[in-house]
Amino acid sequence: MDNRRVKTGASVTTRRVIAYIVLVLITILCLFWFYVLFINATRSHSDLTKGFTLIPGGNALANWNNLMHSTQPVLSGMKNSLIIAVCAAVLSTYFSTMTAYAIHAYDFKIKNAMFTFILAVMMIPTQVVALGFINLMGKMHLMDTFTPLIIPAIAAPATFFYMKQYMESTLPMALLEAARIDGSGEFRTFNSIVLPLMKPAIAVQAIFTFVASWNNYFTPALVLTTDKKKTLPILIAQLRSADFLKFDMGQVYMMIAFSIFPVIIVYLILSKYIVGGVAVGAVKG
Amino acid sequence: MDGGKKKGGNSNVVKYNKWGYIFLLPFIIVYAVFQLIPFVSTIYYSFFENYRSGLKQIGPNFIGFANYAELLSNADIWKYTENTFVMWVIGFLPQIIVSLLLAAWFSDPSLRIKGQRFFKTVIYLPNLIMAAAFAMLFFTLFADSGPINSMLMQLGILSEPYKFMSNTGSARILVGFMNFLMWFGNTTILLLAGMMGIDTSLFEAAEVDGATAGEIFWKITMPLLRPIFVYVLITSLIGGLQMFDVPQILTNGEGAPDRTTMTLIMYLNKHLFNKNYGMSGALSVILLIVTGVLSFAVYKFTTNQESY
Amino acid sequence: MKKKIVSIMLTAAMTATLLAGCGSTAADTAAPAAAEEEAAPAEEEAPAEEEAAHAAEEEAAPAEEAADDTAAAASDEGKVLNIQCWNEEFKSRVTDHYPGYEADASDPNSGKIGDVTVKWIITPTDDNAYQNHLDEVLPTNESAADDDKVDIFLIEADYALKYVNADPAVAMSMDDLGIAASDIADQYQYTQDIVTDSNGSLRGLSWQACSAGLIYNRDIAAEVLGTEEPAEVQEFVKDWATFNKTAEDLKAAGYFVESTVNDSYRVYSNNVSKPWVDGTTVQIDANIEKWVEDSKALVDAKETNTYDLWSDDWNKGFYPEGKVFAYFGPAWLINFCMAADTEGSVANAGRWGLCVGPQSFYWGGTWICGAVGTDNPTLVKDIMLTMTTDKAVLKEIVEKDSDCVNSPSLLGELAADTSFGSAILGGQNPYQQLADGAEKVDMSNISDYDQGCNESFQAAMKDYFEGKVDYDKAISNFQTAVKEKYPELSF
Repeated sequence: MDNRRVKTGASVTTRRVIAYIVLVLITILCLFWFYVLFINATRSHSDLTKGFTLIPGGNALANWNNLMHSTQPVLSGMKNSLIIAVCAAVLSTYFSTMTAYAIHAYDFKIKNAMFTFILAVMMIPTQVVALGFINLMGKMHLMDTFTPLIIPAIAAPATFFYMKQYMESTLPMALLEAARIDGSGEFRTFNSIVLPLMKPAIAVQAIFTFVASWNNYFTPALVLTTDKKKTLPILIAQLRSADFLKFDMGQVYMMIAFSIFPVIIVYLILSKYIVGGVAVGAVKG
Repeated sequence: MDGGKKKGGNSNVVKYNKWGYIFLLPFIIVYAVFQLIPFVSTIYYSFFENYRSGLKQIGPNFIGFANYAELLSNADIWKYTENTFVMWVIGFLPQIIVSLLLAAWFSDPSLRIKGQRFFKTVIYLPNLIMAAAFAMLFFTLFADSGPINSMLMQLGILSEPYKFMSNTGSARILVGFMNFLMWFGNTTILLLAGMMGIDTSLFEAAEVDGATAGEIFWKITMPLLRPIFVYVLITSLIGGLQMFDVPQILTNGEGAPDRTTMTLIMYLNKHLFNKNYGMSGALSVILLIVTGVLSFAVYKFTTNQESY
Repeated sequence: MKKKIVSIMLTAAMTATLLAGCGSTAADTAAPAAAEEEAAPAEEEAPAEEEAAHAAEEEAAPAEEAADDTAAAASDEGKVLNIQCWNEEFKSRVTDHYPGYEADASDPNSGKIGDVTVKWIITPTDDNAYQNHLDEVLPTNESAADDDKVDIFLIEADYALKYVNADPAVAMSMDDLGIAASDIADQYQYTQDIVTDSNGSLRGLSWQACSAGLIYNRDIAAEVLGTEEPAEVQEFVKDWATFNKTAEDLKAAGYFVESTVNDSYRVYSNNVSKPWVDGTTVQIDANIEKWVEDSKALVDAKETNTYDLWSDDWNKGFYPEGKVFAYFGPAWLINFCMAADTEGSVANAGRWGLCVGPQSFYWGGTWICGAVGTDNPTLVKDIMLTMTTDKAVLKEIVEKDSDCVNSPSLLGELAADTSFGSAILGGQNPYQQLADGAEKVDMSNISDYDQGCNESFQAAMKDYFEGKVDYDKAISNFQTAVKEKYPELSF
C-alpha cells in the first residue's frame, strides 16, 4: 500500500476527486427521473395540468386508492407480468448459456455455420416478425396464452452472443477436460461447473431479459385479450386510453411507479451478483 | 469460433461432440418454430403486393421485385438511414465513453472508490422505466413552458422558449440523450461483468511495475475485455439500426420536424399500420442485409487485428 | 438497445378522439321520421337470428318496457354477449343505466343481463391495438364459436367508415337489427351520417352528441372586447375573418386567441364541402386550405402557437397566467378536462363562457355497432335502442355523467330549464348553444380515410407553421405519410 502511494499519490487523489464528481453528477442524472415520477404520482390530475414542480403533491393516497379500486385488474396484472418475466429470464439465460456452451466447447460440423447463422438472425428486426408471429400463434391456437410470450425466450440470439463472448474470456477448456477425467457427464458438467462460473453473465442477462419482458407492450398487447391475463404495460395503456370522465394522469403515474417497483427489487437482488464479483479468480491461474 | 484450436490435439474429444448438437437442439427447435417460420414468410411476402385497405385484403399478388424497386428508387430510405445513423452516433459516443470510464474507475484498485455498489446499482436504473413513461417526463421537462425553458430564460440565455422538439438538431440530440441515459448503465454493466473475469492480480502487478492508469487500461483491460467490447459494439450497432421506441414516442411517430428524426424501423412501422406485408417485408430484407454487412465488418475488424 | 416497443404517448391515445371531416354524401336512408310517431314498435319475439334479421315487414308487437322482456325473448339466443371496446366508458354507462344489468362483483369485466353473461373485452387504442384486434376478429365472426362471437363493438367517428363500409359487412344495418327509422328519429342527423355506409344504410348508433363551441375566458373578453355575454362575444368570433381580427386585438392586449392552431383544426375540418378522398384520389378541401392560411398568419403574428393538443403547453390556458382567450371544445372538455377542481384555474373561478364560434363542429363520441354474426341480435338491438333512445335513460346519463346526449328533444328541455347553470361557465346554461350547434353539424363529407388524413395533415403542417419547411414541402410530406398508410390512394 505504501509503495503504491509513493509512486502515484498526487494523481490518484486528483483522479479520485474527478471520479467522485462525475459519479455524483451521473447519479443525480439517473435518479432525477425517479424523483419526477414520484412527484407526479403524488399529484392530482388537474394539479398535473399546471405543469412541472419539484414539490410533492398531497394526492398520493387518493391516487393509490383510485388505482386499487379502479376496474383495472392491477394485482393480477402484476402477477402475470411476474410470471412471464421470470420464466422468460430463466429460460432465456439457461438455454442461451447452453447454446453458447455447445458452440464454445464442442467441435462439430455445422458449428461455424451455426454461429454465423445465430449472429445473422440477431439482426432481424423484431417488428417485422411480429405480424407473422401473431398469425402463426393464431394457427397454433396459442393466442391469449402466456406460451408465445415465454417460450420464444429460449432462442435469444443476443443473449447467446453475450454468453459466448463471456465464455471466451472466462471459461478455460482445461477445466472441462478435468471434469471429464473425473468422470462427470457432459450434462452434469454443464449444470454444476459451467453454470456457476457463468453467474455474473447470467445475472446480467437475466436482468436485461426480465426488464425487457416486464416493459414489453407490443407483443403482449397483440397476444393477450382476457383481462385477467393482461400484463402491466397493457393495463397502463388501458388506463391512458380511459374515457375522459375517468382520465386521471395522477393515477397513470401512480401505476407506472407501482409497476417499476418490482423491477427495482429484482434488479437489486440480481445486482448483488454483478457487483459482488462472484467469479473473480475462480478459475484463473 | 476458436474452440477448435484449444483442444484440437485431443482425439478422444470427438466422442463428446455429439453433445454439441444436443445442447443446440432447444435453441434450434424454438427458433425454427417461433422466429424462422414468421421470418421466412416475411421474405416470401416481400415479393407480393399484400396489404389491408380498411378491412379488405389487397393481394397477395406476385409482383417480383417491385417493392424493392419502389423502396430503393425513393430517396426517403437513404434519408432515414442517415437519420438513424446520426442519432445512433449521438447516443453511442457518450455512452461508450462514459461506460468505459466508469468501468475503468470501478475496476481500478488504486482508486478504491467507495460506495461502488451504490453507483453501480444506480446507473442501470433509468432503463427500468418504460420508454413511454420516460418520454412523458421528457415532454414535461422540455415543453415550451417547461422547467428547462423557464430556467434558461431566467438565466437570460434565451429570450423566448426554445422549441426542442421542432428543431432537427435539438430533437436528434434529445433522442440521442434519452438513448444514452437509458442504455449507458446497461453498457457499463456488460463491460463490468466482462471485467469481473479479469484477474485483479494483473492490475496489481502492473501497478507495482509502475504502470500508469492509462497504460493499465489500454494494455491490460482493453485487450482482455475485447470479446465483450465487440459484443457491446455489435449489439449497439444493431440496436441502433433498430432504433424505434424513443424517437417514435418522442415525435409521436411522425419523425418531426420534416421527418429528420424518422428512423428505418419507424418507417417500417408505418407500413405495419395497414399490415403491408409486401413493403415491410422488402424493407426488412434490405435492413437485414445492411445490418449484416455492417456487423460482419465490425466483427472482422475487431477480432482479426491480432491474436491474444 | 433491445426492443422495448411501447405504447404511444398520451397525446396519441387522446387524439384517437380526433375528428374527421369530409365524407361521402349520405343518401337519406335513416330519413328523419315524423317525431310524432307513437312509441316505437319494438320487436318482441326473436326467432332464429337470420329470419328475424331479414323479416322485411316487422310484425310489430306492442312495446312494453322492452328491457324487461329481453331475457325471455332472448332465451333461444346465445348465452354470452361479447362487447369489444377500448375503455370503460360504455361499460360504466350500461352498468349504471341499463335496466337489468348486474355487474359481477368478482370480475369487473363481466356481468349479467337475465341469464346472458356479458363479457367486456377491452383493448387499448395505443399503437392502433384496438383496431388491429377488431380487424382480426370481425371478418371471421360468423364462423367463431358461439360463446366467442363478438356481439357488439364500439367505434369512434374518425375511423367509423372503415367498419361501416366494410365489404363483406361487419356491422349490422338497422334493417337487419329490426330498428325502424321511427325508433331513432329523435337523434341528431350528424350522428347518423357518420355511421351510414356508401349505400345509405345506417350501421351504428350513439347516445352522445358531442357538439362543441368556443369556450372563452370571460375576464379576457371583458377586458379586451368589453363584454362577457355569450351573445355579444359571439359577434367578435362569428366568422373566421372576424375571429382573426379579434385575434389582433387580443394580441395587442397580450393574449393568445387560442392555445394552438390545432384547436381550430376540427372546426374547419368539420365544415368541408368535399371528402378527403374521392374514389382513390386524395383532395384537399378549400376549408382545410383556409385553416392552413389562417393558422400560418396567426402563428406568424404570434397570436397563437403550434402545440399538440393535451400537451403541457396546451394546458396552460386553463389558468389565467396562460393568457389564452379561448379553446374550441364540447361539454366534456369543460366539465372534466379544464381543471375545475384546482384552485386558481379559470374553471374553478367559473370564468369560462360558451358561444357557438365561427362554425359549428363536434368533438368526440362513441358509436355502438351490432356485429354481423352475433348470436344475440335481440339483446343487441335492445341495448342499442335503450342506450341511445330511451329518454329516461338519457336523462339519467345527463345527470350522472354530464354527457351531452343524442336527443334534440331532451337537449331542448334542458336548454329551456332556466334553473340550470354551469358553475364553471359562470352560471351560463350551455345547452342552448350545444343544441343549436348539434343541429348545424354536417358530417356528410366523411371518408374511410379521415383518421389517417387528418393526423398526417396536422403533423405535416406543423413544420410549415413553424417555418421549418415551405408549404409545398409540407404537402409532399403529407402525401408521403398518406401513401404509407394507404398505398391504394393517389394524388
